[in-house]
Amino acid sequence: MQSSISLSLSSASPISVRSDGGANSAAPDLFFSNSSTPNQLRFCGLRREAFSGCKSSNNAVLFKQLRPKTKISASLSSNGNSAKGFDYDLVIIGAGVGGHGAALHAVEKGLKTAIIEGDVVGGTCVNRGCVPSKALLAVSGRMRELQNEHHMKSFGLQVEAAGYDRQGVADHAQNLATKIRNNLTNSMKSLGVDILTGFGSVVGPQKVKYGTVGGSETVITAKNIIIATGSVPFVPKGVEVDGKTVITSDHALKLETVPEWIVIVGSGYIGLEFSDVYTALGSEVTFVEALDQLMPGFDPEIGKLAQRVLINPRKIDYHTGVFATKITPAKDGKPVQIELIDAKTKEPKETLEVDAALIATGRAPFTNGLGLENVNVETQRGFIPVDERMRVIDSKGELVPHLYCIGDANGKMMLAHAASAQGISVVEQVSGKDHVLNHLSIPAACFTHPEISMVGLTEPQAREKAEKEGFEISIAKTSFKANTKALAENEGEGIAKLIYRPDNGEILGVHIFGMHAADLIHEASNAIALGTRIQDIKYAVHAHPTLSEVIDELFKSAKVKSDVSSAVAEPVPV
Amino acid sequence: MSSSLLQSRAPPALSFSSSIAAANTQWRFTSAPAVTFTRRTKNYTVHAKIREIFMPALSSTMTEGKIVSWIKSEGDVLSKGESVVVVESDKADMDVETFYDGILAAIVVPEGESAPVGAPIGLLAETEAEIEEAKAKAAGAGSSAPAAPAASAPSPPPPAPVAATPTPVAAPVAADGPRKIVSTPFAKKLAKQHKVDINKVVGTGPFGRITPADVEAAAGIKPAKSSAVTATATAPPPPSAAAPAKSSPTFAEIPGATIVPFTTMQAAVSKNMIESLSVPTFRVGYPILTDALDALYEKVKPKGVTMTALLAKAAAMALVQHPVVNASCKDGKSFTYNSSINIAVAVAINGGLITPVLQDADKLDLYLLSQKWKELVEKARSKQLQPHEYNSGTFTLSNLGMFGVDRFDAILPPGQGAIMAVGASKPTAVADKDGYFSVKSQMLVNVTADHRIVYGADLAAFLKTFAKILQEPDILTIKLNYAIVCCMVMRINLDCNSCCRKMRRNILNMKEIEKHLIEKQQNRVSICGRFKPSDVAIKLRKKMNRRVEILEIEEMTTHYEAQQEPQIINHYKY
Repeated sequence: MQSSISLSLSSASPISVRSDGGANSAAPDLFFSNSSTPNQLRFCGLRREAFSGCKSSNNAVLFKQLRPKTKISASLSSNGNSAKGFDYDLVIIGAGVGGHGAALHAVEKGLKTAIIEGDVVGGTCVNRGCVPSKALLAVSGRMRELQNEHHMKSFGLQVEAAGYDRQGVADHAQNLATKIRNNLTNSMKSLGVDILTGFGSVVGPQKVKYGTVGGSETVITAKNIIIATGSVPFVPKGVEVDGKTVITSDHALKLETVPEWIVIVGSGYIGLEFSDVYTALGSEVTFVEALDQLMPGFDPEIGKLAQRVLINPRKIDYHTGVFATKITPAKDGKPVQIELIDAKTKEPKETLEVDAALIATGRAPFTNGLGLENVNVETQRGFIPVDERMRVIDSKGELVPHLYCIGDANGKMMLAHAASAQGISVVEQVSGKDHVLNHLSIPAACFTHPEISMVGLTEPQAREKAEKEGFEISIAKTSFKANTKALAENEGEGIAKLIYRPDNGEILGVHIFGMHAADLIHEASNAIALGTRIQDIKYAVHAHPTLSEVIDELFKSAKVKSDVSSAVAEPVPV
Repeated sequence: MSSSLLQSRAPPALSFSSSIAAANTQWRFTSAPAVTFTRRTKNYTVHAKIREIFMPALSSTMTEGKIVSWIKSEGDVLSKGESVVVVESDKADMDVETFYDGILAAIVVPEGESAPVGAPIGLLAETEAEIEEAKAKAAGAGSSAPAAPAASAPSPPPPAPVAATPTPVAAPVAADGPRKIVSTPFAKKLAKQHKVDINKVVGTGPFGRITPADVEAAAGIKPAKSSAVTATATAPPPPSAAAPAKSSPTFAEIPGATIVPFTTMQAAVSKNMIESLSVPTFRVGYPILTDALDALYEKVKPKGVTMTALLAKAAAMALVQHPVVNASCKDGKSFTYNSSINIAVAVAINGGLITPVLQDADKLDLYLLSQKWKELVEKARSKQLQPHEYNSGTFTLSNLGMFGVDRFDAILPPGQGAIMAVGASKPTAVADKDGYFSVKSQMLVNVTADHRIVYGADLAAFLKTFAKILQEPDILTIKLNYAIVCCMVMRINLDCNSCCRKMRRNILNMKEIEKHLIEKQQNRVSICGRFKPSDVAIKLRKKMNRRVEILEIEEMTTHYEAQQEPQIINHYKY
C-alpha cells in the first residue's frame, strides 16, 4: 500500500493513480485544486477612452453660477422715531439674550429703542452660560466618542488614544463667546438700537438713569421700560468662592484647570452638563444634592434612565439628601474641604476632601441697585414680582405702569429663550397688541451626551393637575432603539415620553432623552404653543430615516378617544 | 419559591381555545386549562401576608447573583408575571418576574449589590396596610443578618463624622491612629467591581487618597485594562484548554506577569472543569468521510443552514438510536435516561465559553434548527440567554474544525453522558475494501464519555450510526410536511398600539394563517393555519423588525375524509 501512495504522489500525472473511475473520479481534481488560476484580465485602458470624451461638457454644466438677486437694504434708519415728550419709546436695562430679543422685535415694530448695558453685550448666556458651555460640551461629546473604543469598533473605525489640550479647549469656548457677542452687538447696531454703556437704574416712572460708577450719569425718559438684568450664580452661605479651587460656572467655563476630582454641588442642568464635560476630560466627579434624588426637576422616569446612562457608568458618585454647609478652598497644602450635613436632621454627616468644588446650586436674580424703591417695588428673594404679562407689581400689589421685567430677574422661567420670548411678548403689548406667553410651551434642554429635553408638565405635575381638574391622562412612550437613524449612529439609547389627555388629545408634556433630544423637542413645543392636538399632528409627515421619527412614532402611538379634531385652543396664561 | 419567581409560560388557554372553536375542524389542545386553574386557586388560599422575594437560581452553577437594577421601586403595585428586578448571574442578565400580586414593600438588597441564591432580596406585601410591617421586617433583616450580602458587598468607608484635624500637609498619611479613608468615585466603583476591600487599600494619590490605580494594583490588574478586552474571537478556548491547573501555590513568580481575575463566566467554567475531574471518562475516535456531507452543505447553505445545525441534527438522530449515550449519571448508582435530546454546542464568547442548547434537536427539522441556532447565538452574544437555554443540554458538541484542528479531546461537562469533539474535514488518501486508493474528505470525531454508564461498545455503536448518517446525509433534510395544521405561540415585543395594529395587518396579509390571537399585555401572539412555523416567524420578524421568539408549536394531522379526531403529531415547547 505504501508503495502505491508514494507512486501516486511522486508521479506528475494524476492518471497514473490506480483508479477504477466512477466513484473515485474526484481524486485527480484534488491534486489540481491548488494550481494557480490565470490572472484576471483587466481592461482599464479601454475604459479610460470611453470616459475621456465627456469631461469638458460636464464642466460647463456644473460651474454655472447663481448670482445673488436679493438687495441688502440699508437699515440704520429703521429705528423708529420716539413718541412725543420721551427720549425713547422703549428702554431696556440689560443687553442679555432677553434684552436683545426684545430690542430686535421693538425695532421691527417701529419703536425707538435703547439698551443699557453695564458689562458686556450678551449677558450670562453668551459670555458665561449656554454659549461657552456648548463649546465645552461639543468637545466632551467628541472626546467621549473617541474614547469609546467599543463604539468606534462597532463602526469599524480605529482611533489612536484620544487626548486634548486644555488651553485649546478653553480657547474654543472663549472664541465662540466672542463671536456670538460680536454677532449680537452688530445685529443691534445695524438695526440702529442705541447701546448705552453703564449701569442703569430706575429713578421714577418712565425715567431711567445710566452711567458708570463715580462717572457721569445721564437721565433719559422712555415711554416703556423693560428690566432685563438677569442673574448671577447663587452661592449659598458658608461657601467661600476663590475662583481657583472653589468655583462657580462663571469660572468653570474658562476651564483654567481640569481637576482630578471635583465635587459638583447641585445636580440640575448646570451640574449635569459640567459633569459631562469634566468626566470626558478625565476628572472624577462627586455630586452633592440636597434633595433625595439626583436631577430634581426632570421627569422621574427620564431622570432614572438618565442616571443609568449619564451617572452610573461614568466616574461619578453622589451624596443625596445632604447640604454642603461649609466649603473651604484649597490653601496651605490642604485640599478643598466640604462639610456635609443631613438635609433633614441637620446632623453632620461627612467631610469631603477633594481637588475642586463647583457650585451649581442655581442662580440668583441680579436686581440690586436698580432703584426699584423709587417706584415702590419690593423684590421677593431678589426677584421682581410680575403678572402674567410681565408687568411689574409694586409693594401694594398694584401694577406699575410702563414698567416690565423679563428673564431671570423675574424668576418665572430662568432660561435664555424664555427671557427672549417674554421680551417679545412685552414688545407686542406696548405696541398695542395683547399677548400672553404660554410658559408651558417653552422647551428646556440639557446638553449632556445623550441630551435631555422637555416641554410642558412632568408626569407627577400632570397627574396632580389631572386630579385637581378632573380629567384623565395617558402616557405614550417610544424608544430610540427602534429608530433607524439612531441605530445607524449606534446611539440607540433613549426614550421619548408623551403625557396627554386621551379625551381631547391635548399634549401636556413631552420628555425626550436621547441623541439630539434638544433639537427634537421643538415639534412638541410648537404643537403645545399652537394648541395642536395629537389627532391632528399625527398625520404630519416626517422624513425617513431621521430621528424626528421618534416623535412621529410617539404621536402615532398615543390613543385619543375622540378622533374629532377641535379648534385651536387658546394659549393658557401662566 | 425561587423557581416560582420565574414566570410560567402557560398558554392563553381559555381565550385561545375559544377562538379556535369557531373553526369547522375540531381540534383539541393540550394546553390544559385545568392546570392554570388549580394553580390560581392555590394562590388565593395562601394566607402568608408578606412574601419574600428570593434570589433565584438562574443556573445550576449560580451561587450568588448581582442585582443589576430594580425595575419596580418600593411601593409599586405588582401583578403576577410582571418583571420586578434584573439579576446578573454568572451567565446572563435576567428579568425576574413575580408570581404573586402585591405591593413591593421593601427592597432588601439594593442595586449593584449581590446576594447568595435563596437569600431574600425584597419583600412583597399583599395590601398597603402591611407595607409598614414588611418594612420593619426588612430593616430587621438588614441589621440582624448582614452576613448574607457580606460576601460580595464591601462595606462603604466608615463615615468619619467631622474631620477633627485636617490631614497632614505631607501627602502620605501617617500609618498610626485611625486613618480616614478617602477614595475617589471611580476608585470606589472599581473596588466594588473587583471585590476589593477599600479599607485595606493604601492610597497613594494626593493627600493620601485612594485612586483608581491603587484599587487596580490591589486587585492585581494592570491599569491599562482596555487592551485586555480587545483580543476576542480569534482564539476561542476549547473546553479542554479552559481547564485551569494553577491551584498549586508553589509556582515561581515571574516578574512582570499580568494577573487578570476571572470574569463570572470564566469562574463558572473553572469550577465546572474542576468538578469534571471526579468523573471517570474515556475517549473513542472515529473517522468519517464527509464528501456527501460537504455536497449537502453547499446545497443547503443558501437556505441558512449551518454546519453546526447539520452536525447537531445528525448527532440527535444518532442519539435517538442510542439512548444510553444521551443518558447521564447523576448519583453514581443509576442511569438517568433523558426524555429529550438537547444538543449543547460549545461557543467561545469574549474570552468565555457558553453552551447554548438546541432543545429537542431530534424533533426539529434542519431549517428550524438552523433558525433556532441563529437565535441562540444572537442571544448568547447579547448575554440574553435564559438559563434553560444554556444548562439543559444532554449531549455536547464542540467543533474546532474551522480552525484546522484535525483532532482534539474534549472534557466531559458534569451532568452529561458524552461530549463530541469534531475536527476539520481534510482530503485524505483512503483505501476501500478492495484495496483501491482514493482521496476523500475525512474528519475525525472524538467522543469523551462517562464510563460509569457508557461503555466502549455503546460509544462505538453510536459513532457508527453517526458516521452512517453523515455519509448518507440526505436523511438529515427530510422535511416535515406542512400541509398539516400547525398552531404556534410566539413572544414578540408589542409595546405600543401602533405596532399591535401593524402586527394584525401583517397577520391578516398572510393567507396561510387562519386564526390569530394577539395579546398585547403578554407580548404574545398565537396563530393557527397551514404553514411552516420557522417561515412565519422569520417573516414576522422581518416585517415587524423585532425579535420573535417561538414559545410553542403544535402540529396536527387532520383527516378530512374520515372525519376523525385530529391527532397531535408533534408538540414542541421552547
